[in-house]
Amino acid sequence: MSAITAPIAELAEALRAKRLSSVELTQGLLDRIARLDPVLNAFITVDRERALSDASAADAAIAAGTAGPLAGIPLAHKDILVTAGMRTTCGSRMLANYTSPYDAHVVRGLKRAGTVLVGKTNLDEFAMGSSSETSHFGPVKNPWDLRCVPGGSSGGSAAAVAARLVPGGTGTDTGGSIRQPAALSGICGLKPTYGICSRYGLVAFASSLDQAGPLAQTAQDLALLLNAMAGHDSRDSTSLDRPTEDYTRTLGEERGAKPLAGLRIGLPREYFGDGTDPDTAKAIDEALAEFRQLGGKTVELALPRVKLSVPVYYVIAPAEASSNLSRFDGVRYGHRAAKYGDLTDMYRKSRAEGFGAEVKRRILVGTYVLSHGYYDAYYLKAQQVRRLIADDFRRAYQSCDVIAGPTAPTTAFRIGAKTDDPVEMYLNDIFTVAANLTGAPALSIPCGFDRSGLPIGLQLQGDYFAEARMLDIAHRFQQATDWHRRIPAMAAP
Amino acid sequence: MARPSRNPTAMPISLADVHRIALLARIEIDAGQAEEVRAKLDAIFGLINQLAAVDTTGVEPMAHAQDVMLPLRADRVTETDCRDLYQSVAPAVEDGLYLVPKVVE
Repeated sequence: MSAITAPIAELAEALRAKRLSSVELTQGLLDRIARLDPVLNAFITVDRERALSDASAADAAIAAGTAGPLAGIPLAHKDILVTAGMRTTCGSRMLANYTSPYDAHVVRGLKRAGTVLVGKTNLDEFAMGSSSETSHFGPVKNPWDLRCVPGGSSGGSAAAVAARLVPGGTGTDTGGSIRQPAALSGICGLKPTYGICSRYGLVAFASSLDQAGPLAQTAQDLALLLNAMAGHDSRDSTSLDRPTEDYTRTLGEERGAKPLAGLRIGLPREYFGDGTDPDTAKAIDEALAEFRQLGGKTVELALPRVKLSVPVYYVIAPAEASSNLSRFDGVRYGHRAAKYGDLTDMYRKSRAEGFGAEVKRRILVGTYVLSHGYYDAYYLKAQQVRRLIADDFRRAYQSCDVIAGPTAPTTAFRIGAKTDDPVEMYLNDIFTVAANLTGAPALSIPCGFDRSGLPIGLQLQGDYFAEARMLDIAHRFQQATDWHRRIPAMAAP
Repeated sequence: MARPSRNPTAMPISLADVHRIALLARIEIDAGQAEEVRAKLDAIFGLINQLAAVDTTGVEPMAHAQDVMLPLRADRVTETDCRDLYQSVAPAVEDGLYLVPKVVE
């Protein structure tokens, strides 16, 4: 039997060759979840029966020769992507008992590819956070050090993949919520170009920024998952109608010792200043040396307005959230207070009880910036600065193909360290939010460890629709290095 | 990158602001929590108010990550009737209607 903790590409090969059955694989991973998740709290819901029944269906399809490309691969979805027949809580008391009548588009795509749904992963409430601490279901722990956060908001999926409880998972990324937890948990994560993955069935946080994407052990696995998640969907008006791409198409090409010859990697000086932990800076420098070894060239450049991306984000995201979350009013779904007076009182009490402190804060900030007399000074201004930031990137891509730097300024921080200071928490997004504002793709891959043994992530950003190229670059790096193969001690097979 | 300093020209968030926006947002905040909420919002606006110093004269606002026209579709009914399914998750329904406190005397 092959190791059940292997990456998706290897598992898929073993399943197709019948060296491993999906039922064996799924059962083995369910056992790992039962053993390790009581400590990690990566899952909100695990459905053993459904997982095993999906797994036998996959085994039957493999035997019959009708299997999809990811047949029998167990996965977990971030608990903000709705799943018919399995509750979707968004990590909130508001939706603690909510089960959607339908599947999200990306959930359906992965189901059609043959994957096995194991369960739903923990997150910051409504994906609003960078540490996975604000969930109604308790904080997620980092498998590399249980005293630390796994990053967020997709921290449950990141911790589950890092601890090899599932080989892959989904996440959503509004300001870094796939890439930052991937970095802090020592795995890979990709935020695709805005519009590549339909947002249908992704419970909306900030509609002009939200994008779903995969988390996995390797860049190759990200490509395999993205193949099943991408594609046009008329139910999301922002879903792009483009020809289907195979994101794995170049990964098998034989290119010799310099597979990245001709590649220009942009290094914005704003990503290499003070504020970044020295261990992180050193690991990034060493990764860049490896890229040069593989044939890439590095080019220095400037993104003068990128430092404004955090303040821009904290106007636009709360503004859109305050509008999106107005749907939670205790009328059509979700929590309704037990005692109330008139209709307005019912809304106010249901929302006060149903939402946690950070979600309320963001709704209040958003309400303020959109309120009468403030719109031009805040929301309109933020949209103008958003354009200036996008212009910086457009100029940068005239002299480089991708942009590299750290995914986060530090490695994983202690649970509770930033919970009392929202601004300190927000500044953790400094390197990731720009890609959401511009809508361009970005990914994070492991590239080293700090002195405490905590993983460090390298971020690659690219121009619109550069996913296949970026995944190829990350794949070549992973063929030459083994950071992505390291497993936390608590999760040793 | 260093923590930004507060823009001195911006007005601090007051308790009256907190109560006004909490009412607009339909979130009950009791008197005991109001000061803590105010202080944290004020810190967040300290970050946001950096934007005031940026010259954006003549810059077209960017509303959307891709400047594409939203697609139009034919004006045809495509949805099927899912009322019972959707109402099955509602807190209170009767005869296909959502129940709320009386709004008309």
